[in-house]
Amino acid sequence: MTYIRPAFKHPHLPKNQIGYTAKDYEGSLSTLCAGCGHDSITAAIARACFEMNVQPHKVAKLSGIGCSSKTPAYFLGNSHGFNSVHGRMPSVATGANMANRDLVYFGVSGDGDSASIGMGQFVHAIRRNLNMVYVVMNNGCYGLTKGQDSATADLGSKSKAGSINPFQAIDLASLAVELGATFVAQSFSGDKQQLIPLLKAAMNHKGFALLNVISPCVTFNNNPGSTKSYDYVREHVEATGTVDFVPEKSEILHSQEEGTDKYVEMHDGTYLKLHKLDQHWDPEDRISAASALQHARAKGEILTGLLYVHTGHPDLHDVLGTAGKPLNAMLEKELCPGNEALQEVNAGLR
Amino acid sequence: MEPTNVKNPEYYHKVVDCQYACPAHTPVPEYIRLIAAEKYTEAYLVNWESNVFPGVLGRTCDRPCEPACRRGRVEEEPVAICRLKRVAADNKEDITRFIPRGPFPPNGKKIALIGGGPASLTVARDLAPLGYEIHLFDEQKAGGGMMRSQIPSFRLPDAVLNEEVGFILNMGIHAVFNKRVESLKAVADEKYDAIFVGTGAPRGRDLSDLPGRSEGAANIHIGIEWLANVAFEHTHAIGKKVIVLGGGNTAMDCCRTSRRLGGEQVKVVVRSPFSDMKASPWEKEDAMHEDIPILDNHVPLSFEVKNGRLTGMTFDKVHPVYDENGKRKLVSTGEAPVFIEADDVLIAIGQENSFPWIERDLGLEFDKWGMPVVDALTFQSTMPNVFFGGDAAFGPKNVITAVAQGHQAAVSIDLYCNQKSLTERPSPFTNLMSTKMGIHEWSYDSLVVNDQRFAVPQAPKSETLRDRKKEVELGFDVKTAFQEAQRCLNCDVQTVFTEDRCIECDACMDICPTNCITFTTNGDEADLRTRLIAPAENMSQDLLVSATLKTGKVMVKDEDVCLHCGLCAERCPTSAWDMQKFLYNMAKPASYLPSKL
Repeated sequence: MTYIRPAFKHPHLPKNQIGYTAKDYEGSLSTLCAGCGHDSITAAIARACFEMNVQPHKVAKLSGIGCSSKTPAYFLGNSHGFNSVHGRMPSVATGANMANRDLVYFGVSGDGDSASIGMGQFVHAIRRNLNMVYVVMNNGCYGLTKGQDSATADLGSKSKAGSINPFQAIDLASLAVELGATFVAQSFSGDKQQLIPLLKAAMNHKGFALLNVISPCVTFNNNPGSTKSYDYVREHVEATGTVDFVPEKSEILHSQEEGTDKYVEMHDGTYLKLHKLDQHWDPEDRISAASALQHARAKGEILTGLLYVHTGHPDLHDVLGTAGKPLNAMLEKELCPGNEALQEVNAGLR
Repeated sequence: MEPTNVKNPEYYHKVVDCQYACPAHTPVPEYIRLIAAEKYTEAYLVNWESNVFPGVLGRTCDRPCEPACRRGRVEEEPVAICRLKRVAADNKEDITRFIPRGPFPPNGKKIALIGGGPASLTVARDLAPLGYEIHLFDEQKAGGGMMRSQIPSFRLPDAVLNEEVGFILNMGIHAVFNKRVESLKAVADEKYDAIFVGTGAPRGRDLSDLPGRSEGAANIHIGIEWLANVAFEHTHAIGKKVIVLGGGNTAMDCCRTSRRLGGEQVKVVVRSPFSDMKASPWEKEDAMHEDIPILDNHVPLSFEVKNGRLTGMTFDKVHPVYDENGKRKLVSTGEAPVFIEADDVLIAIGQENSFPWIERDLGLEFDKWGMPVVDALTFQSTMPNVFFGGDAAFGPKNVITAVAQGHQAAVSIDLYCNQKSLTERPSPFTNLMSTKMGIHEWSYDSLVVNDQRFAVPQAPKSETLRDRKKEVELGFDVKTAFQEAQRCLNCDVQTVFTEDRCIECDACMDICPTNCITFTTNGDEADLRTRLIAPAENMSQDLLVSATLKTGKVMVKDEDVCLHCGLCAERCPTSAWDMQKFLYNMAKPASYLPSKL
């Protein structure tokens, strides 16, 4: 039995700008089922971090409970991690983010963790525009407890045991658009070409970025009749377009501008290059995004790609007017400014 | 790229780098696994079937397999393949019952073998069990050829050589020793069905034109002749100060033998830079370990003789200059000539072929360099019933090459004697079988250990330098042999990909520890090589390309640094990847091994 990854690596692996190879962004060996979509997503996250030249110690991974929530052990082995209570990852992420605004926050959750037990937490994290990447590894079933339908299983989807799901699915992307999330994307674990640029864009987005990733459960939900199987998703996927993350403005000037290309400036001067496949959809228009999602749903299609983005919206730090420095970078003098400052605060409350 | 044709046995053969690099294509990982399982007899027989002299080669092989070993591309050092082979030879049980023993039912054909070295003995072994009557002629007093006359006993004990030569001679070979064949015509007139010439490269190069050569002749010796005189106990001593000229393995054997025959200040002096020397790195190390300095970039100018006695040599110091084609020229540094004292000089600067005994009017063609015209595939000369092999065919190489050529010549002789076309060679025997035992279980040790190469222990210098016959290397003990064997990556356990099972979940691509696997759109090879997760820059290693998959992509695997760890197959939900053991055995006239060991 080989649950040990050999220590050897390819001798000529490319390095990123800060001198790390993609290997340096890996975690320990996955214990999920062979072929699990979640493993592809974690590989995509590791790749995105490599390509974004992120220092591994500048990343925090947070999760709840479930197959999806085990995955932070399987990527970025040198980053911070917190495996929290079922459905409570957004609270922990909020606390961590408030204490240290300098890290990249990956919240990793599943359809059970987000759409059932954690629904209350999920919607409020969106409402507060917490600056994080919220990845839902969505397989439409409870894989850890033998594959019962979850709240995101589509109406009429057939389980491995043959039963038909009688309930409406919660559409997390539509919900997020409705709640005012500032970055909403949908993708498929089997399409890294689309997923990696989306993750990079989400990492660079200031505010709440939801990535709802359909991730087939090979063991319990990859059967004919399931709407979350590899085959079904590949047949019904409808991409809004392609997204590229453009770190330098100068690159834009050199590229061929096409009628369907659109550039969205992000908070730090970087750009998203969107190549739209559908002329009628405008990713910066919430109504257009909501309508595109509803149309796709009516046609039985899974709309993927960047669905909605709104830059410049204040995130939770902006709204609360928190200090610009992480708490762990402050000295005692700043953290405890003394009696005079306390009196001032008290006076302000009288 | 077109999908890789894995039905061609050469594709998977090439993945087994060690076996592919071995001239005799010995199934290396196969016997290394047997050694790890303490099945030394079986390991020995796998070797014996393929390379005939496992005990000899486990000590003296040039090891073309080791530079090829995949392990050397992922860490510092390759697996110690050669010395593991010796472990099998050292620890085997009595194997005579596994070896074909005559008398064999005669097939009525008579073969003459001229020369009793590794090539001839291989031909004898391959043909005798088929009923050929074999007559072997050699000028030495016992069989083995250069293995006996040129390889010193401290590297290859007589007992080891005698045993393996004996296995063959005991098959009912009519061996005539102390008989130097002086005329090919005389042999041809004896009505043999075929004649095999395996007379080696018997003439050591000399420096006849160097001043002082004839005046100092009493103390100037040709390396291989001197080694033979030592081996056959005609020579027992040498002067205290010795210069050995040359940078090959013979030079290393000469200097180390000198140290055992009374040489106290022995120096190797070589024209080329140290790194360009032909000697194997380990042979150079062993020489230096015996306090023998190697002086490189010294071109001999003259032998210095005083009062009719050799006093030393002078050399011109040079440095190498490489032109734009990488061709080397040794240019004098212009310094004053260097004088080095010497009581004796051994010249080991190369060997040449020599066929004074072959009449030039028999129809056997020679080329302008005086070499016989021999077909590179069939080893047939322009006299249809005369075949060549070993150093006699294409000049000096090594034992394992001689064995490989002996096999090919034997195949040709068998075809020739049966009036079949010599160019239609028999196919290799191949087998491909899954090693899957359970969900994460394989019938081979898939775990990749991190151990560095283990060193072979040596007897103390104080003992070995006193006794010419005391073997220097002690060989691995079985515990170390197991650890070293575990370093083998099992490259013969192939990653076999079945397209129509693949659901393109990318699990294999994500898990592969050395990033060998990429799913991407197809392209031509040069383009594909740049587009893989890790660029495939080693052009000597193939790409395994699948047919087009459902999404329109192809699976591309760069074979270069695959660890054969099986993780791709373990992470594959549909068994599109499987680890399958590939066995490749070169075709021989007779198959020796019982089908089940």
